[in-house]
Amino acid sequence: MARPATLSAVVIGVVFFGLVGLLLYGVLVSDRADREALPSPLIGKPAPEFELPLLHQPGTLFSSQELRGQPYLLNVWGSWCPGCRVEHPVITRFAETRRVRVVGYNWKDEHADAMRWLEQFGNPYWLVLVDYDGRKAIDWGIYGAPETFLVDAAGIVRWKHVGPVDDTVLAESLGPVLDSLGVAR
Amino acid sequence: MLPELGQVALLLALLAAVLQAALPLAGAAGDRPAWMEVARPAALAQLLLLAFAYAALTVAFVQQDFSVAYVANNSNTLLPLVYRYTAVWGSHEGSLLLWVLMLGVWNAAVALWSRSLPLVVSARVLGVIGLVAIGFLSFMIFTSNPFERLLPAPLEGHDLNPLLQDPGMIIHPPMLYIGYIGFVVPFAFAIAALLEGKVDARWQRWTRPWTNVAWGFLTIGIALGSWWAYYELGWGGWWFWDPVENASFMPWLAGAALIHSQAVTEKRGSFGGWTLLLAIATFSLSLLGAFLVRSGVLTSVHSFAADPSRGLFILAFLAAVIGGALVLYVLRAPRLPEGRPFAPSSRETLLLVNNLLLTAACAMVLLGTLYPLLADALDLGKVSVGPPYFGTLFLLLMAPLVLLVPFGPLTRWQQEQASKPAAMLLPWLGLALLLGVIAFFMAPQGPLKTAAGVFAAAWVGLGTLRFVWSRLRASGRAFTPEMLGMVLGHAGLAVFVVGALLVEAQDVQTEVAMSPGQTMEIGRYAFRFDGVERVPGPNYMADRGLVQVLRDDRPLVLLHPEKRAYASGGQVMTDAGIHAGAFADVFVALGEPLGGDAWAVRLQIKPLLRWIWAGAFLMALGGFVTAADKRFRKVAGSERRPAAAEPAADANRPPARAPADDEGRADPRLPTSPLTGGEG
Repeated sequence: MARPATLSAVVIGVVFFGLVGLLLYGVLVSDRADREALPSPLIGKPAPEFELPLLHQPGTLFSSQELRGQPYLLNVWGSWCPGCRVEHPVITRFAETRRVRVVGYNWKDEHADAMRWLEQFGNPYWLVLVDYDGRKAIDWGIYGAPETFLVDAAGIVRWKHVGPVDDTVLAESLGPVLDSLGVAR
Repeated sequence: MLPELGQVALLLALLAAVLQAALPLAGAAGDRPAWMEVARPAALAQLLLLAFAYAALTVAFVQQDFSVAYVANNSNTLLPLVYRYTAVWGSHEGSLLLWVLMLGVWNAAVALWSRSLPLVVSARVLGVIGLVAIGFLSFMIFTSNPFERLLPAPLEGHDLNPLLQDPGMIIHPPMLYIGYIGFVVPFAFAIAALLEGKVDARWQRWTRPWTNVAWGFLTIGIALGSWWAYYELGWGGWWFWDPVENASFMPWLAGAALIHSQAVTEKRGSFGGWTLLLAIATFSLSLLGAFLVRSGVLTSVHSFAADPSRGLFILAFLAAVIGGALVLYVLRAPRLPEGRPFAPSSRETLLLVNNLLLTAACAMVLLGTLYPLLADALDLGKVSVGPPYFGTLFLLLMAPLVLLVPFGPLTRWQQEQASKPAAMLLPWLGLALLLGVIAFFMAPQGPLKTAAGVFAAAWVGLGTLRFVWSRLRASGRAFTPEMLGMVLGHAGLAVFVVGALLVEAQDVQTEVAMSPGQTMEIGRYAFRFDGVERVPGPNYMADRGLVQVLRDDRPLVLLHPEKRAYASGGQVMTDAGIHAGAFADVFVALGEPLGGDAWAVRLQIKPLLRWIWAGAFLMALGGFVTAADKRFRKVAGSERRPAAAEPAADANRPPARAPADDEGRADPRLPTSPLTGGEG
């Protein structure tokens, strides 16, 4: 009787402490700057083609072809998203460096809310694309806001970040990718 | 002012929880009835205080008090009234308040309906629930306070996440939470039993309806989530093996196993220790689900912002609750009685296999969900575990389970000649196989999956009916709600299986260019495109397509897929025409104009899609009907006095039970009578 009981105790203990250890690791890295649960399958592949309306020129469709030739940073945001407000100053500072164009991707939002949000916090974007029903976002694999992509001059996705970006992310994660693309500082 | 009162109510609720945990547990250990009596009033007071706090937050939303940070972050002046009520659980802090309120409801229900238990047992059960409440309340008060003020108050709030402004989303979280947190009752019972050092069949009987109800609500919650993902996200799928879905699916699988093992322990005394471990595991998986969704450990869930301090708090709580329970289990379980012996060919064995398969499926989902994290921790690179892994393994584990389901109810407890249920089921197996073969040759595509789906559903459905028939034919034997619940649950499984497999196999989707007058045929359906007209809407201009759908050459429905250009933002929105049918969903979406009068049109047919959710609701109904069986209450009530006077009833001795023995057939020569069962 004693042996099977000891054995089951050992099994239970191993499973329990293994799980707790793993989850503890998960918590500790959950705010690590370069954390990205899954790399986007798009990285190294051509960015999805799209034709989307512009926030500031309703009725004008903007094609992904027009972005070719220079790299751009695509920043997915919505006025309803608290994380977007957190990263907004970071995005603004980055846009002011003028290293690459920053394109806003206004996702699952309302026109008036989005305009008010930009008025309130400032508009760092070169232009803002609008995807209110979120159909195109599926092509990008967007499942939450904020998310940020770097697309190179040839239209290839080079980098992706899920969740709010901060200065560390930009410097340590995005920086090397921009350097490798030969984007001037 | 009201938010501050809500805040105070939360603190008082925490105090009530501390009283509810400390005094009754100490009283039970030191045999002080007065201390144990504290549990009930404390539980009821806790519910009142939580209800008040919840109402205070709701009032803040309805009155649009943006000085409360949570309200300002999750609503604005334009939000319709109904969504102001539901915005309360639209984000982390408020949904945690809802969670704690649900815990309070279960807690009070246990306090009200546990008088049939010996005082020392009910005091321990309530004490353990009190401990859990302390954990969640302090988590909320110290890391996620929903009443935090935002000063100066903004004039306008941010909006509720638009994905959540939807009727399906209104009832999905409450259902899910009731289910999740309801597993606290079997958990608390398991701890009480371990503290007591024995499992009395009467207490086990008392726990069963609670488990069934919690599991039923969890089933409904998961089904609603799946339905919402289907029509709102428009991906055309109904299950994605997403970490959040898995988080709710793991306790569901463990709960399904628990429902079955509790039945064995109650009726036969077997699996006593295993049932307790399973009850602990089921609630632990509920807690794990809460942890995964709220800690930011898995990034799929970044709708609740990641905050390591929250993650650490809830992990410490999780480790304390589960670790404490497991230590208790390891110390005490070996001393539990073994229950009556059973032969390899018996209902016990079948239910053991059921438990093994469900537990294995649960472990498989757990591994797949946490594997990306494990790979990251061991530096094996970023790994994604997707539908191929889950789908394949789940099918492999569930196939034998589905095959064995009809045998369960027809097989006798303790010992059965395997040939008897086999002989009863053989004609129905033949019929099910025949239907499967017919489906194989009739199927326009995916014949193997179609045949498997039809066969499995017919086999489970007919086998279950076979049990109903033999039961009704045996006159003088009651058809109890417990049996009806089992029949409903198994029938739900049949309905679900055929829906899931046929949608997988028979889903048809095409994108075609159509000119007015043109007809496109897909199987039995024909789609006639009658052109596009321009229709003004309240705040948009729509291109509205006219698509006449015919089935078997008879008009079925006229669908109006629209493409709307909104005046305000210039955004274009596609509004698909969906015809929800009992046997198939027809889905038509308008694409781009192609010049002339031609348009790109997407046509989709999903056979038996609704059966997936119908099956889930049948299963949930089965859980509720089982819980309604009077046997769980009546017997406990009639035994109240002896139970109180002689609490040392040995679990090894089968309890004096009401005549409703759960036997398919009676055979007086076999030891089916509880009084002659294998004692000692």
